[in-house]
Amino acid sequence: MTDQTAAIRPPGRVSPLARTREIVLSSPLVTIAAVILVLVVLSALLAAWIAPHDPVRLTPSQRLKPPSETYWLGTDAFGRDLFSRIIYGGQISLVVGVAAAIVAVISGLMLGLLAGYIRWIDAVLMRMVDGLMAIPSILLAIAIVSLWGASLWTVLVAITIPEVPRVVRLVRSLVLAAREEPYVEAAIAAGTPPFLIMRRHLVPNTVAPLIIQGTYICASAILTEAILSFLGAGINPETPSWGNIMAEGRIYFQINPGIVLWPGLVVSVAILSINLLGDAVRDALDPRMAKRGIER
Amino acid sequence: MFGYIVQRILAAIPVMGFVALFVFLLLRLTPGDPAAILAGDTATPEQLEAIRESLGLNDPIFTQFFRWVGQLLQGDFGTSILSGKPVIELIGDRMEPTISLALTTIILSVTIAVPLGVVAAWKQGTLIDRFVMLLSVLGFSVPVFVIGYLMISLFSMELKWFPVQGFRPIGEGLGDFLHRIALPTFTLTLLYIALIARITRTSMLEILGDDYVRTARAKGLPESRVLMRHALRNCSVPIITVIGIGFALIISGVVVTESVFNLPGLGRLTVDAVLSRDYPVIQAVILLASLIYVVINLLIDIAYVLLDPRIRYT
Repeated sequence: MTDQTAAIRPPGRVSPLARTREIVLSSPLVTIAAVILVLVVLSALLAAWIAPHDPVRLTPSQRLKPPSETYWLGTDAFGRDLFSRIIYGGQISLVVGVAAAIVAVISGLMLGLLAGYIRWIDAVLMRMVDGLMAIPSILLAIAIVSLWGASLWTVLVAITIPEVPRVVRLVRSLVLAAREEPYVEAAIAAGTPPFLIMRRHLVPNTVAPLIIQGTYICASAILTEAILSFLGAGINPETPSWGNIMAEGRIYFQINPGIVLWPGLVVSVAILSINLLGDAVRDALDPRMAKRGIER
Repeated sequence: MFGYIVQRILAAIPVMGFVALFVFLLLRLTPGDPAAILAGDTATPEQLEAIRESLGLNDPIFTQFFRWVGQLLQGDFGTSILSGKPVIELIGDRMEPTISLALTTIILSVTIAVPLGVVAAWKQGTLIDRFVMLLSVLGFSVPVFVIGYLMISLFSMELKWFPVQGFRPIGEGLGDFLHRIALPTFTLTLLYIALIARITRTSMLEILGDDYVRTARAKGLPESRVLMRHALRNCSVPIITVIGIGFALIISGVVVTESVFNLPGLGRLTVDAVLSRDYPVIQAVILLASLIYVVINLLIDIAYVLLDPRIRYT
């Protein structure tokens, strides 16, 4: 029985794995981006084994050393190994990026479905979305962190909230378009309960755009975390994160620019890779969107 | 036309209302006593009581909100915890560097980004196009302060063309002003170019495929005239829109850039306020930034009608 169901799978549907391979190999730039991303994720996951030194141990005699055999990228103002700190710093950035993307997409999906489907909710929700979008995201995040104190949770909330309205808008517009489709009108006419219509007909229409939007949110969350830490409104300075390392290196910039520039390079390359992959996924999943140059 | 403008202004009011509500709730939803947050760590019990009295924290929350909005409308943004001065005064003192930086950035990036986008769309698929696209992805990926420090290490420390930090008001000489604001402007411009060039390219691409562009070419008009008169003019609405939306991006960028280059503007004020948990200041900066954003987008909505005669609202 199971063999038969597999055999009648509609033609033209490619397995997710084949799809991924196709996207990754679509251009050399995308392949490089994917390789870099895998390296960043692996080094963050395996930091305890890869990092040559303890990222938080202070060695005052080794302050602000230039790159050497022992300290590949030199040391910071407290004699901590810069390379190890950057490896560990990736953990925070990746957690923030992935968590923000997932939470923002799920909450945006639910609110967007409601707004797109129920008139009176739409009117209220969209005014709220407009209001929230009028507040510059960095300022909003700064306010939340300064009120609630700096912790990983606060930073996560502060980064995710400004991303939600954009998802709501995207989902709403997709739902509004899908509602006009004959199959949705047929379902409404047949008396299908709204919840089922949303799950069966509306949600599937949002999946591809949301995957794409999710990658952009991931990139932008990592960027925002770096900026918040840099401004001193991020997570606890003791925990190495890419932003924190740069924030501490600021005053020593003229002595050892590497403390700011190396993590800066890593964070830029990581975000660039995610964005390039996002673009590649977009081109593969939804050619129409590529043409319109969907806003990020 | 007049009716349309009135309608847009009326539509902007609830948006600002929600901004105010959000900022209000943010403070009330914070665990702990709002009076203690507003007074700072060093407040005495008497000061706490005075703040509680002035906020009317014992009143129903609706009364509190509307009284607070009433105070805002009269220009009363509260008192800074750190300096004890009225917040509105602090903001007034810090306006000039921020406005200067925002304006120089907008002017420079529009002058660079629009031609870049036009050329990229015109030469679609060529090396120039790819370069512009890569530049615009870079703009979304590299943190502003990393660009800023690269600028400092290259132009200030290596070449010694520009000072590392500082600000000089325009009133003290245009040359000195430009010399000092140049690096922060270049930094922020790179970010903003990414956004505008991308949109210009996309909307140009759409329009270059239209019939009237083909007609214009067919009747032998010079290419420059086709691009400028027929194509670019029709792109003005999306380009202007994105300049407005990008304004929020500029504000965020200004906060960071001011910190990197040590400009005594609103961004520095906000960052210093975070370090001392001076919430009244942060709150006022948010309200002000959002108000400017809403007003700019309102002006842009109105500008549509003037730019594009096809848009008619009555």
